[in-house]
Amino acid sequence: MRMANLFLLQLLNGAQFGILLFLVAAGLTLVFGIMDFINLAHGVLYMLGAYLMAMFALATGSFWLGLLLALGATLAVGLVLEWAVFRRLYDRPHLDQVLATFALLLILSEGVKILWGSAPLNVAMPELLSGSVPLAGPLRYPVYRIAIIAAGLATALGLWWLITRTRAGMLLRAGASNRPMVAALGVDISRLFMLVFALGAMLAGFAGALVSPVLSVDPGMGDQILILTFVVIVIGGVGSVKGAFAGALLVGIVDTVGRIFGPIWLKLVMDPAAAAQAGRVLAPMLIYLLMAAVLSWRPNGLFGRPS
Amino acid sequence: MSAAPKAAIALLVLMALVPPLAAAIGDPFLTVIATRMAVFAIAALSLDLILGYGALVSFGHAAYLGLGAYAVAVCARHGITDLVVQMAAGAGAAAVFAAVSGAISLRTRGIYFIMITLAFGQMAYFFFVSLSAYGGDDGTSLAARSTLLGRDWLENDTAFFYVVLACLALAYGGLHRLVHARFGRVLIGTRESELRMRAIGYRPFRYRLAAYVISGMICAVAGVLLANQTEYVSPAYMAWTRSGELIVMLLLGGIGTLAGAMAGALVTVGLEELLAGWSEHWRLGFGLILLAVVLWSPAGLAGLVRRLLPGDRA
Amino acid sequence: MTLLQVENLRKSYGALAVTDGLSLSVAEGELHAIIGPNGAGKTTLIAQLSGQLAPDSGTVRFGGADITRLDMASRVRAGLARSFQITTLMPAMTALENVALAVQGRSGSSFRFWRPVAREAALNDQAMDCLAQVGLADRAGRPAGAMSHGEKRQLELAVALACRPRLLLLDEPLAGTGPQEAEVLVGLLAALRGEVTMVLIEHDMEAVFALADRVSVLVYGQIIASGTPGAIRQDPAVRAAYLGEEAC
Repeated sequence: MRMANLFLLQLLNGAQFGILLFLVAAGLTLVFGIMDFINLAHGVLYMLGAYLMAMFALATGSFWLGLLLALGATLAVGLVLEWAVFRRLYDRPHLDQVLATFALLLILSEGVKILWGSAPLNVAMPELLSGSVPLAGPLRYPVYRIAIIAAGLATALGLWWLITRTRAGMLLRAGASNRPMVAALGVDISRLFMLVFALGAMLAGFAGALVSPVLSVDPGMGDQILILTFVVIVIGGVGSVKGAFAGALLVGIVDTVGRIFGPIWLKLVMDPAAAAQAGRVLAPMLIYLLMAAVLSWRPNGLFGRPS
Repeated sequence: MSAAPKAAIALLVLMALVPPLAAAIGDPFLTVIATRMAVFAIAALSLDLILGYGALVSFGHAAYLGLGAYAVAVCARHGITDLVVQMAAGAGAAAVFAAVSGAISLRTRGIYFIMITLAFGQMAYFFFVSLSAYGGDDGTSLAARSTLLGRDWLENDTAFFYVVLACLALAYGGLHRLVHARFGRVLIGTRESELRMRAIGYRPFRYRLAAYVISGMICAVAGVLLANQTEYVSPAYMAWTRSGELIVMLLLGGIGTLAGAMAGALVTVGLEELLAGWSEHWRLGFGLILLAVVLWSPAGLAGLVRRLLPGDRA
Repeated sequence: MTLLQVENLRKSYGALAVTDGLSLSVAEGELHAIIGPNGAGKTTLIAQLSGQLAPDSGTVRFGGADITRLDMASRVRAGLARSFQITTLMPAMTALENVALAVQGRSGSSFRFWRPVAREAALNDQAMDCLAQVGLADRAGRPAGAMSHGEKRQLELAVALACRPRLLLLDEPLAGTGPQEAEVLVGLLAALRGEVTMVLIEHDMEAVFALADRVSVLVYGQIIASGTPGAIRQDPAVRAAYLGEEAC
């Protein structure tokens, strides 16, 4: 029974982590899929969202006002970056994109260190969302984490609506599968690109702002999430928002559950000390193994189009 | 002899003059920096083989640097201090890792390949982070440098530098032969047109995989030397940003020329040392320079030099 | 004697059958042209014959052996080479290197890491012969990327010849050429006739009827007629389905 409760708890934590990954991955996968553009600086936007949140929440004294300002600010940052750097790179080889966005990553993360220092910052949780609710038996779950899941699901639903039910979404889907066709339709493709970029930046910033009360805000947070996001996108299939959602939940749950239950399950087949060691080594590698397995089965990811 | 080997040989000769120069002006740190440059030049050469000649944008190459470095720590822990044996161990481990990860990643193309090599690099990184016997996250320092023929010659910085330089010369010479041999021509062919290669009877996968393994092994040798230079081993050697730096070296020197890879490593390490001497926030300046080069001189510094010196077709 | 025998080949993309039960037979030594309106499935057919694309069903037999499941590389080694409609060369390599690479593909292992390939006389001599055969001997040292379009089409042919094929699949060798360039290429193909079996896909009807020993007409993924150029010209079904449209 205790085991089942623990499992439920980890499942929820995994889902919450997965939702965050989805928010970051959604924008990135669209940029990859539609513009065939690789952006290493996307994780920095997540970090920037958290820092801006910390700054605005402190300045205004309100979580909600801070969140609103942080969203607007990351949107603006996305637009500026697109205008200043990214649009010069759309027609360049992947390698140039990798290097330019790598440079951007160095500039922005160092800039963050100069502005806010290297020490972690904290953001106060809003009154409304603190505390916890009963889950099953004696088990309780923090309201804030539930709120993160809800906010993420709402965003996913909004994206789904945007992509399947609006004209802009139709163009996005068409653009993801056939870029020349969309250009031939006379659509202002550069405006479309700009919007996708800005939206992606805002979603990443939103994810960063959301986690700021539960994680400490530090300069390394962007790098970690970026790699996980790549794994999500590769598993889901480049360009597929649906794939990003499935991949994000899969990665979030496998990673979270694996870290806790890996050693427990290993103990069933080997002695405790060895299991603990093996669990420690294997758990962080689990999602990469998952990715390798998915790719050797489907080289274009779960929902990717065959090339 | 064409211009490229001349440039490479000139670079090697110039580097060989660093220790006497350092002695003359009384700044032994110059030799240390030159050693670091030579080590990264080997790593950059190895990456150039797959990236420059095979158009395989690997973003996980630092993993091999780390495998080489940990080979030193693991061997030393088990009483094996001989440099050559450690190099063989590092290259062997790298060959196995490259063969397995390459067999999976080389099934993919473009963005997928970049991301999957990145993920494999991270996998290696986390493996060593979780190795508590070797300090985990913090790494572990080495008791002493490796031995050569049972002697501790490498403790002398100048002797160590010349050993590294010799390795660099060997790596350059070997790769120069390789890219001009049958294998190299096939590899370049896969870069130029995979479809054409298939249509004249080749299966690109096996050549790419072979190049991937060779490249990993050479980079592991650089890792063995890096661990000896710093006398310290940590997962930070295989951080993904380190893989990015290796690509930056190629870009700055001009991708697809061996001399360019060496020059790029020299410039990058030099630039880092220089900027780090000015400010702890040197990455900001480094990023700005890099961004400017990518946006305005895609052919790297070599391209810039070529543009400034019309007529010289290196 | 039949060199290439295709039976009931099918390939569909969703509901669209691009190759719809196609059968074709090519005799040793002949130049067999395949014509058909745009979208008839000519390039898809070449892709399936060369192994670039796997058919959904049907068989391809070459020199008596079933090669339906072989990949491109194995087919080339069996003697089936191709040229591309869109020039597919190594732009950074010289003309000689392009051809020598094809020679190397059938002469020994390519896992050689030491000896400079540029000094392998056997490769270079054979490559030079192929270049001379297509009239590019004086262009050997020029990078493929820097050649004129017509020269690239000639080089495309030389690379295919360097594979020493028994059967040469030519996918619109005249694509994009001007009248003078086309004349040179038609002359080359005429000279090759009889030396090597060829399957020629071409839009230029003048060239087709001048060169072909036999012509097959491909419409909607099926061969609707096969015969001598004279017979094809007279075939009422062909005139209705194809020639009428093109006003030939």
